[in-house]
Amino acid sequence: MKRALGVAAVLVLGAAQAQASEVKPTDVKFEDGAIAMSLTGVAGDVEAGAKIMNKGAGNCVACHMIEDQSQLAFQGEIGPMLDGAGDRWSEAELRGIVANAKMMFEGTMMPSFYKTEGFIRLGNGYTGKSHEGDVAPLLTAQEIEDVVAYLMTLKYE
Amino acid sequence: MSYTRTTSLLSLGMVLAMSALVWADADDDQLIVNDEIEMITEAAAPDHMENLDTLYSGWRFRSDETQAFQMDDFDNPAMVFVEKAEEVWNTAEGSEGKACASCHDAPDTMAGVRAVYPKWNEDAGEVRTLEMQVNNCREEQMGAEAWKYTGGDMANMLALISTVSRGLPMNVAIDGPVAETWEKGKEIYYTRFGQLELSCANCHEDSYGQMIRADHLSQGQINGFPTYRLKNTKLNTVHARFKGCVRDTRAHTFAPGSPEFVALELYVASRGNGLSVEGPSVRN
Ligand code: HEC
Ligand code: HEC
Repeated sequence: MKRALGVAAVLVLGAAQAQASEVKPTDVKFEDGAIAMSLTGVAGDVEAGAKIMNKGAGNCVACHMIEDQSQLAFQGEIGPMLDGAGDRWSEAELRGIVANAKMMFEGTMMPSFYKTEGFIRLGNGYTGKSHEGDVAPLLTAQEIEDVVAYLMTLKYE
Repeated sequence: MSYTRTTSLLSLGMVLAMSALVWADADDDQLIVNDEIEMITEAAAPDHMENLDTLYSGWRFRSDETQAFQMDDFDNPAMVFVEKAEEVWNTAEGSEGKACASCHDAPDTMAGVRAVYPKWNEDAGEVRTLEMQVNNCREEQMGAEAWKYTGGDMANMLALISTVSRGLPMNVAIDGPVAETWEKGKEIYYTRFGQLELSCANCHEDSYGQMIRADHLSQGQINGFPTYRLKNTKLNTVHARFKGCVRDTRAHTFAPGSPEFVALELYVASRGNGLSVEGPSVRN
C-alpha cells in the first residue's frame, strides 16, 4: 500500500513537471498559421508519430493517403497526400497545421488536434453523451511534437 | 499565402492519388427493382439546394455486390421485416381493439405517403415525421402503446409503408407552416458539431464521392430509409442514422424524435426531392 502510494506520487510529480514546461492549448501562439516554438521542449519521436497516423486519437489516414504507411489499409482521400509534407512545409508550419489547421486553412474540414475550447455540443468521446469536466485535446503536446517529427521525415529526395 | 505556395505541389499528389482509386463519385449503374420499378437515382437538384447541381441516391455509391441486394425483392434481406409488418398491420391491438387495417384497409392505401413526409399536421399544429404519425395512430386511434422511435416495430412498419411508394419521387413541402422548421433543420445541417467540428455538409455535401477511411461517402440522402445494413443486419431508421453520424463527430447527439432531429429530417428529406422513394434499401 505504502509503496503503491509512493509510485503514484512520483508519477504525479512527473506529470506536473512535464506540464510546467508545456504550452497549454489555450496559450499557443500562431503566426501565419505556424507555431515557431516546440510545445514541450522535448524532441519529437518519429516512430511514435508514425503510429498516430493510424486509428486512435490521430487517425490521419481516415482522410489522408500516406504511401510511407502503405501497410495501413483503406486510406482516405479527403485531404491531400502526406508524402512530401516535409518538403512542402517548415517544422513550424507543420506544428501549426497539426495543432489547429483552421489557422492555416480557413474553414478546413481537418479537426483541430490541440484545442480545448469553442466546441458546439462537445461529446464524451464517441459515446454520444455530453462531455463533463476538463477537456483534453485530441492529441497531447508531446504527441503533436511526435507527429511533427514524423511528418518532417516525409521528404521525396 | 503558404496555402497558394503549396497547392500546385499538392495537386500533383492529388493526381497520383486519383489514379490509385477504384471508386470516385457516384457510379453509372441504374436501379430497376424486380425488373419493374424504375428508380430515379440521379436528378437535378431542386432550387433550394444552393451548393449542389445533381442529386444521387446513396445506392449509387455502393459496391456492385451491395447494390445487387436491392435489385430484387427476393434478394433484399429487408423484405422479411416488411412481411412481419404486414402481419402487424392486420393485428388488432390496444384498448380500441383496432388494427391499422381497421381504418386504412390494405397497406397499398399508403401509396404516396412516404414521399411527402415529414409534413405539416394542421390539427396538431406541428411538423410530423412518419414515425410520429404512426405513433399518433397507435395512441389516439388504437389506444395502444407508442412504439420506440427507432425500434424494430417502427422500422418494420415504415419499411412496409415505404414499399408501396417505391419509385415515386420524394416531394416534401418546405414552405408555408413548415418554413421555420426547415430553416432550423438547415442550420443544424451546416453546424460543425463536436470535438471534430464536422457538419453534415462537410461529409455529405463537400466530400461525397470520396473515401473517408473505408467508407465511400454518399450525399447522405434519406430516400432509401429504412435501410437494411449488412453491417448490423437489421433495419435502420433515419434518426438512428443521424444519431450515429453526429456521435462520430465526438458530439453530444440529439435524441431520436427530438425537435432538432425532426427539423433536420425535414431539411435532409427536402435535399432529396426528386429522387425516388427506395425504402427499404440495402447499404453496407
Ligand atoms: C381508428 C383509426 C385509425 C387507426 C386504427 C390507425 N390510423 Fe392511421 N390515420 C388515421 C387518421 C384519421 C389519419 C389522418 C390523420 C390526420 O391527417 O390528421 C391517419 C393517418 C395515418 C397516416 C398518414 C397518412 C397520410 O396521408 O398522411 C399513416 C402513415 C398512418 N395513419 C398509419 C397508421 C398505422 C401504421 C396504423 C397502425 C399501426 C394506423 N395508422 C392506425 C386513423 C387511424
Ligand atoms: C465524419 C463524416 C460524417 C459526418 C460529419 C456525417 N456523416 Fe452521415 N455518413 C457518413 C458515412 C461514412 C456514411 C456511410 C456512407 C454513406 O452512405 O455516405 C454516412 C451515411 C449517412 C446516411 C445514409 C445514407 C444512405 O444512403 O443510406 C445518412 C442519411 C447520413 N449519413 C446523414 C448525415 C447527417 C444528417 C449528418 C449530420 C447530422 C451526417 N450524416 C454527418 C459520414 C458522416
